[in-house]
Amino acid sequence: MGKELLKIENLHIRVEENEIIQGLDLTVREGEVHAVMGPNGSGKSTLAYTLMGRPGYEITKGSVCFDGQDIREMEPEERAQAGLFLSFQYPIAIPGVTVGHFLMTALAALSEKGNGRYKEIRKTFRKDIKKYMEGLKIDPAFAQRYLNDGFSGGEKKRMEILQLLTLQPKLAIMDETDSGLDIDALKVVSQGVSEYLVQNPKASALVITHYQRILNHLKPHFVHILSKGKIISSGGPELAIKLENEGYRAFGIEDREPGPQPEGGIHGTT
Amino acid sequence: MAPHKEQIEIGRGYKEKYGFHVEEKSVFKSKRGLDHGVIDQISDHKNEPDWMREFRHKALDIFLAKPMPTWGGDLTHMNFDEIYYYLKPAEHKGDTWEDVPEEIKRTFDKLGIPESEQKFLAGSGAQYESESVYHKLKDEWESRGVIFSDTDSALREHEDILKKYFATIVPPNDNKFAALNSAVWSGGSFLYVPPGVKVDLPLQAYFRINAKNVGQFERTLLICDEGAQAHYVEGCTAPSYSTDSLHAAVVEVVVKQGGRFRYTTIQNWSSNVYNLVTKRAQAFKDSTMEWVDANLGSKLTMKYPSIYLMEPGARGDILSVACAGKNQHQDAGGKVVHVAPHTSSHILSKSVSQNGGRSSYRGLVKVYPKCKDVKVNVCCDALIMDKDSRSDTYPYMEIDEKNVNIGHEATVSKIGDEQLFYLRSRGLSEEQANSMIVSGFIEPIVKELPMEYAVEMNRLIQLQMEGSVG
Ligand SMILES: Nc1ncnc2c1ncn2[C@@H]1O[C@H](COP(=O)(O)OP(=O)(O)O)[C@@H](O)[C@H]1O
Ligand SMILES: [Mg+2]
Repeated sequence: MGKELLKIENLHIRVEENEIIQGLDLTVREGEVHAVMGPNGSGKSTLAYTLMGRPGYEITKGSVCFDGQDIREMEPEERAQAGLFLSFQYPIAIPGVTVGHFLMTALAALSEKGNGRYKEIRKTFRKDIKKYMEGLKIDPAFAQRYLNDGFSGGEKKRMEILQLLTLQPKLAIMDETDSGLDIDALKVVSQGVSEYLVQNPKASALVITHYQRILNHLKPHFVHILSKGKIISSGGPELAIKLENEGYRAFGIEDREPGPQPEGGIHGTT
Repeated sequence: MAPHKEQIEIGRGYKEKYGFHVEEKSVFKSKRGLDHGVIDQISDHKNEPDWMREFRHKALDIFLAKPMPTWGGDLTHMNFDEIYYYLKPAEHKGDTWEDVPEEIKRTFDKLGIPESEQKFLAGSGAQYESESVYHKLKDEWESRGVIFSDTDSALREHEDILKKYFATIVPPNDNKFAALNSAVWSGGSFLYVPPGVKVDLPLQAYFRINAKNVGQFERTLLICDEGAQAHYVEGCTAPSYSTDSLHAAVVEVVVKQGGRFRYTTIQNWSSNVYNLVTKRAQAFKDSTMEWVDANLGSKLTMKYPSIYLMEPGARGDILSVACAGKNQHQDAGGKVVHVAPHTSSHILSKSVSQNGGRSSYRGLVKVYPKCKDVKVNVCCDALIMDKDSRSDTYPYMEIDEKNVNIGHEATVSKIGDEQLFYLRSRGLSEEQANSMIVSGFIEPIVKELPMEYAVEMNRLIQLQMEGSVG
């Protein structure tokens, strides 16, 4: 068993007077892929934002340790520095700032703090980025486009994976990376995440999703079902299969938005 | 009312990079305040023709008669009696940097002026207090008939051509500060580009105030003859003092048929300077005039570069960037006046308010009767960085012709928590994230600048963002 990378104990999170996460425990070890599944509004993004340190997301109780450090008081940039990464459910546009400039600035900021890992990444950045873009089927011209500005949903998600591959974090939190992607795009994006995991055998991923279809590609070791701010069930991949076959109702959860029928089951061809 | 010392800093780095001062030395300094005696002293020192002396005296009367403007910024603390109107720093202007007095040269060295000249300029001028201390045009351009000098020298050496245009575009009675400048003007640039000559590198003039309570009143006249092209760039800085200084320039530009002229300003005065400037251009048949006006410094700027589109086919562009920080008010914008049919203009204004700063867009679009087929497009975007900061828009339209096509767009956005968090989650500090968002916001204008100035602009923005995050 790998070392504990993320350890969350009895976590309570308050956002604008509402307690959204109400006592959550989760341990992710090095090299593990965990899926957190839950219907809309169950608190998935709240958990993701809080782990990344978003201002306004207040931990009222409980502890969060990452790589042996209590991260509760750390700024978002310090968490990035420590090796946390969040792939946003809704990536934000930064008009006027090119993708290339943004990535170089991020790497410069991270390596300035004296972290040798980022210095290494920076050395081969120009070469690597080309390779990553090719793998993600991103037109090289995108390096000169303004970050997420006017990008389609799929392009934004691929841009998140490009950042993941560039920054090579220790833990990747993927917030609904699969939403809004067609089958081909999902495959490309999943391959990107897999590539990152293969390149970094100790790295872990927390794959947050409403549907299981991304899990066909990113075989999770553990699956957790989140409902109303609590993990109500944890287990192996079989949980996702149960969820696929029987729906959230099988877990006693009201899913207001069943959404489109997922393409290709967990027993599917991939 | 002297503001606190800490309040007058724009960014943490301004003071050491630009806000430094050296010991004041002058060969002549007029008394504080302004009267007809001071005008005579200035005229005597310059040994100028009588018509100019008379012009000054008349202008002073206009200045004294005109009331202080009550629109725009707060001028109630502007005390005209505190100001020294003429300060002559050296006996002679230098033709080489070696001829420039040592302290003055050191100042310009520190500001990187001789270095820029070497690297990417067709010509370079430097004004210190009231007088030009250096002016140089590369031989290549001189031999092609280009004239680039300070305005006092032009009055001596090219009186005919200067007299033909001087004060015809901005007459002294245009406004109180144009009248003031007309009365006490000193220095500034004179440029004449002969027909068909295309000056492909920028011509730069740098304006520096060093002493306390000094007024700088440069007078600039730029003439781009038929089919000619040029790009003039002005920069400026001053020491950070707790007492106020005044900068009131007049800039007149003429772009003749088929000419193409661009005027770029990177205004970076320390935040104790009142910057009250009148800039106006006339664009004739099929010519193009562009103002790129960046206002980063000063206590109060009131400046609205304007373009009169005089004949069919003329085109005017105004790109304005304003950044207002603590205790700063940027009242900027632009005016386009369509005097002829088949003319077009475009105003793009981007303002950033932070740290309690205030920026206002003030613009005028005027179309005279019978000016058919006129196209105007105005777009102003404001970015507000925090709840203490403010942005206003005052777009005026006077359209006296039906057959016109006018677009107007205005957006105000607050810096997004989401944008900040997104960038910080990738490792940027709050300060870096802020400055990245701001650089991106003004990028559509910065990308128009030659590379060297774009780099400079981004650096200045960064400097201004420093210290803005508490
Ligand atoms: N900024 C916020 N302010 C107030 N309530 C919020 C905020 N963000 C999320 N919530 C609420 O928290 C709950 C969980 O939301 P979220 O974490 O986005 O769920 P999910 O990602 O699982 O769809 C929802 O009831 C939502 O309305
Ligand atoms: Mg969500």
